[in-house]
Amino acid sequence: MADNPFLAAFGLIAQADPALMQIIGLSLRVSLSAVAIACLIGLPLGAALALVRFRGRSGVIVTFNALMGLPPVVAGLVIYLLLSRSGPLGSLSLLFTPWAMVLAQTVLILPIIVSLTRSMVEDLWEEYRDQLRSLGSTRLRAVPTLLWDGRVSLLTGVLAGFGRASAEVGAVLIVGGNIAGHTRTMTTAITLETNRGNLGLAVALGLILLTITFSLNGMAFAVAQWSRRRGG
Amino acid sequence: MKDMARTSTILPLRLEGVGYSADGTPLLSGVTLTVPAGRRLIVLGPNGAGKSLLLRLCHGLLDASRGRVIWADGSPRPAAQAMVFQRPVMLRRSVRANLAHALALNGVARADRAGRIAAALDRFGLTDLATRGARLLSGGEQQRLALARAWLTGPEILFLDEPTSALDPGATRTIEEIIRGFSAEGMTIVMTTHDLGQARRLAEDVAFLSRGRLLEHGPAAGFFASPATTEARAFLSGDLLW
Amino acid sequence: MQRLAVSAALCLGALPAWAETFITVASTTSTENSGLFGHILPIFKDKTGIEVRVVAQGTGQALETAARGDADVVFVHAKAREEAFVKDGWGVQRFDVMYNDFVLVGPSDDPAGTRAAPSAPAAFKAVADKGAAFASRGDDSGTHVAEKNLWKAAGVDPVGQSWYMETGSGMGATLNTAAQVPAYALTDRGTWLSFQNRGPLEITFQGDKVLFNQYGVILVNPAKHPHVKVAEGQAFIDWLISDEGQAAINGYKVNGEQLFFGNAAK
Repeated sequence: MADNPFLAAFGLIAQADPALMQIIGLSLRVSLSAVAIACLIGLPLGAALALVRFRGRSGVIVTFNALMGLPPVVAGLVIYLLLSRSGPLGSLSLLFTPWAMVLAQTVLILPIIVSLTRSMVEDLWEEYRDQLRSLGSTRLRAVPTLLWDGRVSLLTGVLAGFGRASAEVGAVLIVGGNIAGHTRTMTTAITLETNRGNLGLAVALGLILLTITFSLNGMAFAVAQWSRRRGG
Repeated sequence: MKDMARTSTILPLRLEGVGYSADGTPLLSGVTLTVPAGRRLIVLGPNGAGKSLLLRLCHGLLDASRGRVIWADGSPRPAAQAMVFQRPVMLRRSVRANLAHALALNGVARADRAGRIAAALDRFGLTDLATRGARLLSGGEQQRLALARAWLTGPEILFLDEPTSALDPGATRTIEEIIRGFSAEGMTIVMTTHDLGQARRLAEDVAFLSRGRLLEHGPAAGFFASPATTEARAFLSGDLLW
Repeated sequence: MQRLAVSAALCLGALPAWAETFITVASTTSTENSGLFGHILPIFKDKTGIEVRVVAQGTGQALETAARGDADVVFVHAKAREEAFVKDGWGVQRFDVMYNDFVLVGPSDDPAGTRAAPSAPAAFKAVADKGAAFASRGDDSGTHVAEKNLWKAAGVDPVGQSWYMETGSGMGATLNTAAQVPAYALTDRGTWLSFQNRGPLEITFQGDKVLFNQYGVILVNPAKHPHVKVAEGQAFIDWLISDEGQAAINGYKVNGEQLFFGNAAK
């Protein structure tokens, strides 16, 4: 391995090493799936928390806010115990599969999506309430309107979620097992190479991960700017 | 819209002893008033008199603490009404999408929307702006869009809350012309203003509010010629009230 | 919303399926880090079509994973604990597979003079007497167990001593720490030979019989966990202890040095 991690990273990408491509592809698929599922659940849930009053609402809000700080290892451990053959969901044979990692990452980023959506929708509803009700909207019908109008702020939250998911190692290591060619992601590969003393390769992998995150954020920023120019 | 002789099913609108309190403080009390079909009623009064509150109660955005708001068809909040706010809230989308959203909320089928939107854009001079982001429009353009959005769903009565107070004279004139046009087509207008000149230009009837009470209500000519209360006289002579 | 649902479905659909034949093997980080599996598993897969998915953990965790039924085969190096594992009914039978050896690595100037030690316990005693820095796994792994046995043989209780650092992490991480301090550390030869970030560290003591490190392989007991893939798991074990498997193990070399020595019973 070359001593300069930057050269090493460049070399790895230039060679399009199939094992590396597989790792990058898996990392992206797992994290993007987790983000998609977390959005599918978190956006409506967050909006509902913002608009619907019910007993225990503050408790739920505080819980989701607190869960944003859930240590990944704890999330991983809980899911490990759930999915283990000796656990309640053992018969699904999900442990040490990419699905287990998707689940772990979903659990980690769902609180971010829910909390951000709730606070965004609450603020927006404050601004839109009279106008939307005047137009004949109900709280329920306002949900998609508010989510779409808050899309730029939501995008930031979704990116934060992707960042937490893709950068996380503790949980995916426990529930995925870091199996070569099957559940080895960028972060678990970095951990492995560090343990092998291949610090150059580890840093190179880190640079690739950073580049991917950077590109995604760049694209999202460009979309947000474009949307703002369009009056979004 | 064009048939002047349409018969209203929801008007007249009657308010019986309507009052509203927030945190125990009465902001409006004992308002009894009838809004007949086809008239232009200007709600006049100094800032803080409760004009805006009265409109929100009529429009059903707030529920009265006391008394009743009664529509002729007996429904609690008929659909054939619209409101234009002092600062309209435009969705973060194009002009066209804002209009489409209003139609969708009114249950207009997707296939019927395009034609009605095109008609509205044309009538309000917004055709060239159709694809622009609504929030990028000037204040006057946004208020025109707000009027287009209100008109689109064919309301019998339109509430306007200080619709021109943030606009320059040119934009104000345009908005006033649009309101006259609505009125000429038989739409009932209830509009607040604290601008006396505007009230004189537009009012057929006047309701004068001060400190949360309806002090005078009647034809505009009589109100401006001989106000019955000292508060109204002071207001008309430009004295500071409240 | 619909768009999100569709993209979620696409992402999930793109995840690899797990329909093909595979077994899960719980093994140790040191074995994985040495690169041995990367060498022998493709040979096994070519022959049988069975994919072996290795979850590399500390020995204690690997045995726990197997006992929970999350692996079909366990392949570790802590003979006494493996025997207990079988005796407690979690495993079917234990087979010797191979051995490698532990080496003591330390700063090249060898401040404790371990190079001259007559035996491994004597070398450890020298480290303790000198109060030279020592980095321990401290994670209940096979290597850690071996290290604790050596301290016992040396008559030293290092825990709590200022020169004794428990990293609580894997072999590689512990070697990274030792290279920085620098400190002595006990490591398996396989990890050491593959390890790139040695810094000032060198092997300062090796060759004592007590440093030999025996690996065993056990099929998880299907009586405890009915889902265990008995046929495929046993096929892997049979192959490991066959002449062919032993030859594959002996054939794995790093920098020309053989790391593991097959010693399965004939």
